[in-house]
Amino acid sequence: MDQLDKRIINYLQQGFPICVSPYRQVAETLGIEQAELLTRLEKLLADGVLSRFGPIFHAEQMGGALTLAAIKVPEQRFDEVTDIVNAFPEVAHNYARNHALNMWFVLATEHREQVASVIANIEQQTGLRVYNMPKISEYYVGLQLEA
Amino acid sequence: MDAIDRQIIQATQAGLPLIAEPYQAVAEQLGISADEVMQRMTAMQNSGVIRRIGAVPNHYKIGYRYNGMTVWDVDDALIDELGAQVAALPFVSHCYHRPRHLPDWRYNLFAMVHGKTEDAAEQQVAIIAELLGAHARDHQVLYSSKILKKTGLRIAG
Repeated sequence: MDQLDKRIINYLQQGFPICVSPYRQVAETLGIEQAELLTRLEKLLADGVLSRFGPIFHAEQMGGALTLAAIKVPEQRFDEVTDIVNAFPEVAHNYARNHALNMWFVLATEHREQVASVIANIEQQTGLRVYNMPKISEYYVGLQLEA
Repeated sequence: MDAIDRQIIQATQAGLPLIAEPYQAVAEQLGISADEVMQRMTAMQNSGVIRRIGAVPNHYKIGYRYNGMTVWDVDDALIDELGAQVAALPFVSHCYHRPRHLPDWRYNLFAMVHGKTEDAAEQQVAIIAELLGAHARDHQVLYSSKILKKTGLRIAG
């Protein structure tokens, strides 16, 4: 990752235009060729520096729901439980964390009532309790991390 | 949000095409015009269904190796005021009030911090601790040790 990659990442965390040739517009702003921008984006995605590039959807604004949930996974079952949990399309993010509650995942569902059924299914398939921690209040979301 | 909006979400949720005219490509896939795709995506952005269009970096790969979920046990009666103060700190990326699960989980205030070094992250935790002072009856920092999945929302086909 060089300085230009960092500029691309930082610029594209702020937004992306909706117009006929959006990459050309961004490339011009960055002072590079469109082809170079596209090549670098492909590589940043292939290398996993970017997890995604595209619209970020807000489940709640779609009429769905978001929640954070955690499981105490026995260490010897960690990979198996990871596979079970990650197989649910409603699991948007999943992180291993250093705590007895060692697996933390975000569910994003298209319909509100899906949260309870997904949690019940995860509990049934893993045999483990899921601690559901839906937000009561949101104070802030949105900091972008400078590359 | 109608059936066509839903198709646009399905066509773009894994990512926007990396070609010169990406909205035209989405339009061709759905059999509608590029203008309609752009109008609908603009409307979804204005209504908040699309939070933003852009890049989602892997924190680790852009140098933030210490991603800590800081969790605090504060009085429920004070949490909105304290949460707003913590959220106003420039380095906090997300801040929420969430339910406790007693006796296993006593924490109700969650704030995410990100550091390129352990020291940087710990300094951020110390600033939150100082701000909350005696209002924080207990706290922990749960660092992520691995990203197991990071796809974002997916609606079924």
